[in-house]
Amino acid sequence: MFFVRSPVAHAVIRSVDVSAAREAPGVIAVFTGADLTGLPALPPPVPGMINDLMNQPLLARDVVRFVGEPVAMVVTQDPYQGEDAAELVDADYDLLPPVVDMSAATAADPIFPDAHTNVAASFGDADQFDPALFDGCETIVTRTIENQRVAPAPMETRAAAAAWGEDKDAGGRLTAWIPNQGAQGTRAVVASMLGIDPASVRIITPDVGGAFGAKFGADPEHGLVCWVARQLGRPARWAETRAENMVAMTHGRAQRQTITIGGRRDGTVLAYRLEILQDSGAYPKFGAILPSLTILMTPGPYSFPRAEAAAVSVLTNTTPVGAYRGAGRPEATAAVERAIDLFAAEIGMDPADVRRKNLLPAFTEPHTTAFGAVYDSGDYTTALDKALAAAGYQDLRDEQAKRRANGDVVQLGIGLASYVEITGSGSEAGRPQENATVEVHPDGSATILTGTSPHGQGHSTVWAMLASEELGIPVDKITVKWGDTDLIPQGGGTGGSRSLQQGGAAVQQASQELLEEARQRAAGELEANPADLVFDIGSSAFTVAGDPDASVPLARLAETERLVVRSVFSAPGATFPFGAHVAVVEVDTETGKAVLRRMVTVDDAGTLVNPLLAEGQRHGGIAQGAAQAFLEEVVYDADGNPLTTTFADYPFLSATEVPSFELADMATPTTYNPLGAKGIGEAGTIGATPAVQNAVVDAVSHLGVRHIDMPTSPQRVWRALREAAAPPAAGTAAPAAGTSESRDAQ
Amino acid sequence: MKVRLTVNGQDRSDDVEPRLLLVHYLRQHLGLRAANVGCDTTSCGACTVLLNGKSVKSCTVLTVQASGQEVTTAEGLAPEGDLHPVQRAFRAEHGLQCGFCTPGMVMAATGLLAENPHPTEEEVRAGLEGNFCRCTGYHNIVRAVLTAAGTMSTGATTSTESAQ
Repeated sequence: MFFVRSPVAHAVIRSVDVSAAREAPGVIAVFTGADLTGLPALPPPVPGMINDLMNQPLLARDVVRFVGEPVAMVVTQDPYQGEDAAELVDADYDLLPPVVDMSAATAADPIFPDAHTNVAASFGDADQFDPALFDGCETIVTRTIENQRVAPAPMETRAAAAAWGEDKDAGGRLTAWIPNQGAQGTRAVVASMLGIDPASVRIITPDVGGAFGAKFGADPEHGLVCWVARQLGRPARWAETRAENMVAMTHGRAQRQTITIGGRRDGTVLAYRLEILQDSGAYPKFGAILPSLTILMTPGPYSFPRAEAAAVSVLTNTTPVGAYRGAGRPEATAAVERAIDLFAAEIGMDPADVRRKNLLPAFTEPHTTAFGAVYDSGDYTTALDKALAAAGYQDLRDEQAKRRANGDVVQLGIGLASYVEITGSGSEAGRPQENATVEVHPDGSATILTGTSPHGQGHSTVWAMLASEELGIPVDKITVKWGDTDLIPQGGGTGGSRSLQQGGAAVQQASQELLEEARQRAAGELEANPADLVFDIGSSAFTVAGDPDASVPLARLAETERLVVRSVFSAPGATFPFGAHVAVVEVDTETGKAVLRRMVTVDDAGTLVNPLLAEGQRHGGIAQGAAQAFLEEVVYDADGNPLTTTFADYPFLSATEVPSFELADMATPTTYNPLGAKGIGEAGTIGATPAVQNAVVDAVSHLGVRHIDMPTSPQRVWRALREAAAPPAAGTAAPAAGTSESRDAQ
Repeated sequence: MKVRLTVNGQDRSDDVEPRLLLVHYLRQHLGLRAANVGCDTTSCGACTVLLNGKSVKSCTVLTVQASGQEVTTAEGLAPEGDLHPVQRAFRAEHGLQCGFCTPGMVMAATGLLAENPHPTEEEVRAGLEGNFCRCTGYHNIVRAVLTAAGTMSTGATTSTESAQ
């Protein structure tokens, strides 16, 4: 299958002529929106929070609202024929004025005329901000900054395959293979798109080539592949090109933030305000509610006496925005960490000292913030001190002072970020939970079924380790299964850094419960009191205390009756990992080119079950964070044409652009699960992004630069240096005064 | 057009469209799915294979251009059930996460080590510049290639350690 997509950002569809395409070699069928009778539009992901008059039809019907929106689909025997035939689809558009810049959205004509607004969602009310919030502050800095739109860009693009069973009387039963982050969530969305009972859908998750938040649930194209298979009565499959992926998979971030910070000149912050404009793209998806997570984490690890936040999510004629590694929390950290550095620069204090002065003191009992987040435990100052020590902070500052004194062309920048984030939060349905099934087989092997959905995180390894430690069955005899809704009907999938603390905890719990069940059976077998039995982990067998010959292995207990336990682990709440990142960059003041020299991080995610895998998660996140700070940005022209639709145009990070990372250890167990584990998957993007951005600004701060928007491209750095050297004409305050600056189009 | 080529030591002859890319020939005609397609612009390297021992991006080679030549994919690096030292190093050093870039990365690394058996970290990074990874931040990939260089130079040959 091949999708024909809108080449324009906003237009009325006058006609879609598919007659020539239908005659092309190898074409089996061509469908347009007019053919999709009885298929409802895709509902918003979180009902109640988003304007429900802004739903996306699976194929555009009357209007197209972003470049890349599916308009028609061509089904051929061979993929090359599909691309050829798609060229022959002749769609005629009457252009409408596009809304491209999110700041223009509220005043623009509504993209959905029936909705009478381009506001998809709002959180808090900036009109109700406390006018006295900054009373008593000796210094106030305010600035509008960009958390730019980026592409999740997993190495594997989206794909789907679908086949319907023979039982037509029952409406048929669908089996669909869709790379995803949780088959059960994907099943729910696919069923809702097709208007069928989820029980008649089986989702199978194949190997998934990266997701980063963008493969949760299902997209219109996934539903359409299933629909085509039903319509044609034969299996259908689709794999998108990278160019399609860059315009039609959801994007991430896309926030414009106005930060205001005030306090005393001794470094004490008294008040902080965060105002967010969220670009939701053309159809409100998870991106529209990202600000709720950003607002939740507004003060980060700091004990600001006063803080407030509000957000508006608006529609634009651009690709819809969704979750991307961190989803709302990196945006909160980026805002507050830039604010702290702006404040430090304004009062001329070391940013490490400003952080130390304002970080919450260490706590072991839950701490509730003014925004309703309940931090389970934290020791932010220790994390910062460890990171600074590992980086050799004073030596770095000395080296920086030397280069500054010499007026070196290449200057050193040191950037800090302290963070706390939220992982494994619950849902509308209640407290965070996950299920696991553990079964021991007569041959001494074991099977684990999990509701999580690994795609590189290593659950097969870790879940097997957890069961092995309880059951004494070697890791290589344990098979972990996920991603088949017939086998595992319930599950929360993998996202929001939830898997180990809930899915892993469920595996441990199920293993322990299985052991208790086995103890009862063993007692019968050995004619002993269950309390007198000892479990010998080495032989995976129960033995009667004091009588080593009276023993029965777990495997034998599974011979007469299946030895299997399904268990649901329920956590008291989300956990809040924390840490500190130090980035060291060199900036060439003549070209503006910044190079990342070192990246030192402390990421406290509680107890680590498998340090190698945890480190891998940190590495990947750090690189993605650095890439956002340095390189990545989805760019549109004024007409809403995407300019970054290939890996030749979108600056994907390569191996030469990052160093090896220096990871320092810190592991403070949480009490929210028996493993003591918090989430680790997103720490990197949360800490590294502002650390690297702060480092680039720091490298040139002595030249009068206070802020450079991400990505800190050579062009932006160079321009910032020029503007600092020759401040713009009267009427515009110097950057140090902290007025918002106009954003340069790259 | 008629093509004759050797793929992983096996002679193949086929009649293919002149525009058929080598990667699609490998994946769709031969069912060799190690080489992946991650982009449209020869940027990502997920499709890297060896052509006469040198690493190439098979999305930018027409099948007809490969006629008469020798192609090695990740499937053919080591005998069935065995792992090449580079593959073994990727596993040992956690040099992969989602695995999508891995076959291309392994082939690029193999090509790199054939040209430069004792690379520095910087040389490894430069040698893999054309292969993208979104998961690992390259940290453990670089470590894996350096480890492989070490084991290959000390004469450790492919053992019978099996793929899991």
